[in-house]
Amino acid sequence: MNLEFTPEEQAFRAEVREFLRTRLPVSIREKVLEGRELSRADYVLWQRLMHERGWGGMSWPTSVGGAAWNAVQQYIYEEESSRAGAPRLIPFGIKMVAPVLIAFGSPAQQQRFLPDISSGAAWWCQGYSEPGSGSDLASLRTRAVLEGNEYVVNGQKTWNTLGQYADWIFCLVRTDSKSKPQAGISFLLIDMKSPGITVRPIALLDGGHEVNEIWFENVRVPVENRIGEENRGWTYAKFLLGHERTGIAGVGISKRELARLKLIAREQRGEGGRPLIEDPLFAARIARLELDLTALEITNLRVLSAEGVERAPGPAASILKIKGSEILQSISELLMRAAGPWALPLRREAMEAGWQIDPTRDGASPAYAATVTASYLNLRKLSIFGGTNEIQKNIVAQMLGL
Amino acid sequence: MDFQLSEEQRQLKEAVGSFLAREFPFDRLKALKREGHGHDERLWRGLVELGVPALLVPSEAGGLGFGPVETLALMEASGPYLLLEPVFASAVLATGLLAELAGEPAVDQLLEELARGARIATLAHFEPDSRYDLAAVQARAIRESGGWRINGRKSFVLQAGMADVLIVSARMADEHLALFLVPRSAPGVTLIEYPLIDGQRAADLVLEGVRVSEEGRVGAPDRAGAALEAAIAQAMAALAAEAVAIMQALLDATVSYLQTRQQFGQPIGRFQALQHRVAEMLMHLEQARSMSLLAALRCRSADRSERLRALSGAKALIGEASRFVGQQAVQLHGGMGMTEELQVSHWFKRLTAIDLWFGDSDTHLSRYIALMQAEEAAAV
Repeated sequence: MNLEFTPEEQAFRAEVREFLRTRLPVSIREKVLEGRELSRADYVLWQRLMHERGWGGMSWPTSVGGAAWNAVQQYIYEEESSRAGAPRLIPFGIKMVAPVLIAFGSPAQQQRFLPDISSGAAWWCQGYSEPGSGSDLASLRTRAVLEGNEYVVNGQKTWNTLGQYADWIFCLVRTDSKSKPQAGISFLLIDMKSPGITVRPIALLDGGHEVNEIWFENVRVPVENRIGEENRGWTYAKFLLGHERTGIAGVGISKRELARLKLIAREQRGEGGRPLIEDPLFAARIARLELDLTALEITNLRVLSAEGVERAPGPAASILKIKGSEILQSISELLMRAAGPWALPLRREAMEAGWQIDPTRDGASPAYAATVTASYLNLRKLSIFGGTNEIQKNIVAQMLGL
Repeated sequence: MDFQLSEEQRQLKEAVGSFLAREFPFDRLKALKREGHGHDERLWRGLVELGVPALLVPSEAGGLGFGPVETLALMEASGPYLLLEPVFASAVLATGLLAELAGEPAVDQLLEELARGARIATLAHFEPDSRYDLAAVQARAIRESGGWRINGRKSFVLQAGMADVLIVSARMADEHLALFLVPRSAPGVTLIEYPLIDGQRAADLVLEGVRVSEEGRVGAPDRAGAALEAAIAQAMAALAAEAVAIMQALLDATVSYLQTRQQFGQPIGRFQALQHRVAEMLMHLEQARSMSLLAALRCRSADRSERLRALSGAKALIGEASRFVGQQAVQLHGGMGMTEELQVSHWFKRLTAIDLWFGDSDTHLSRYIALMQAEEAAAV
């Protein structure tokens, strides 16, 4: 029993670190570390740089041009890239639709779509949730009717993330309304430039434009854009949902943000003029979070190393999701509270690239205070998306036999 | 990175587990607790034959020379059985302490006797007013011709009634700490025994002019303090593993109760409020298990700050987890959880006791905070 990474894993970490040191653009790095929003171009550039290094499809098999990283290597990448301030990789292409294409797509579909996912040339988004179908996904109602060689799609998707940037959307659609809800669903790949698609932003509590509603009105989709068989889409969707679990705990990001929190708690003064880090209550909150994060890191590594042996389905993914989201939400809450009253001003533009603190406009605000509240508000999503934490607890209980 | 036990460690765990499953059913524990003296000579002999008391004895002294991971394997196997035998007091804590001082003739001889189960030892260190402060020792050792005379008072001496040897800490004239090997039957030693909430027994010791020979003083001139810190670090890691094993037993028992207990025409495990509580118990357990592994792997780390952070962190987080899992297991068993009849209440009391040894969760959170603040202050 030991906690040390193998020499091979350490060499891999050094390789990742060197890549990040030499290839991560400073402008992107600063935005990430200061908690600002990234542009489409930033994300695409980073995916292209990863691709040029041979890491575009990091977890895909080498037979389709992937780097075939195992779970531990993906964990190491997540940790190092978070620390260095690299953008998160947009998951919808490389981590969601690509594994489905690799497992269930035809060779023609793989050749057509995978290269552009790896290089960042095509931006993908997800069409799962509907206004009436949140956690109960199988109740979806968007319909696709086969006419000749085309499906005609009508319906509405919602909570679509960053679809305003997307070239393609993968969608669950109902192709049979007579059988059981799960048995009448198909998995379609739809060109976002198709006539009849309308994307409308949903205004969120932090003022950002991150999610959309998407309408489909008689959108025509060639039948060759269907994955696998008709009415088997639920199987592919479940595969997708169960596939990606390595980054689910977000340990790397939480470690980075905790370090930032400590830095701010050293600068801010608490009661009696002492640095906040010396305030007994605030220090206790930080320490308690750090302990939870330490434990979660080991829990995560235990899951990864067990997956090397056997890929047993268990409550592990749900535990990582619940604890990971709770911890990052709590860190963001403390970051906001550390800024004290300087967390009050609303400065939407501070989220944007190139924003600089300006005393004539922003008063005496410390620069770091400008983004902490928006981040706190935004991260409330963590315990809601990807299956709410309450749904995750249902899953855990079910796995335990209840 | 490897979270598996080695083949040898796994065999140890299985041997202890299957021996106890066969020889120490819950009814036997209840009977022993009723009898009150809390010792089953035959069971102890069986554990001796399995090599349990030899685990931490260095191989030069006839032991197995094992360390924290084997101790973790032992505690994970024995934890759910709530042994009243001196496994923790003698085989882990006292033996671990003596192993730190191996090489001194009296220590080596005692270790050899402990390894083959010929003697039982226990640590008499904490005092009525020391609470959790390892350094708060007021007992005095006065030199006299050919040896030492000890005066003082000790508290919470675990299993003192069944120990042959008491390892007593005391300060000498120069304020240095030393350890004295005192036969329990030595003149001047008075035991005031009391039962603990978990069925184990402990005692206060009144030491009045207790005579110890020159060889009976060990850890001098200045090794005793470090040896105590090291032994208690290892003992805390052992208790962490025991707590995790007990939490697992409580979770299993609770799940099985929720599957079978019927109310309103269905198993109560169908109710979402109870399902979520069980999911939270599992999360506490898995986080606690991670900290228990960390404690075992870091409790002998040469980097003192890393070692203390891992141990205090584990004690703090596992103490909280133990309270949650223990309290909720009782709660979800309803009235039955309140009874002596089910093992649930016995596990709950043992978890409660474990938290109170060597500093409860808040004590260790405070220590962890101090370590964190020191690091932050150094970073400025």
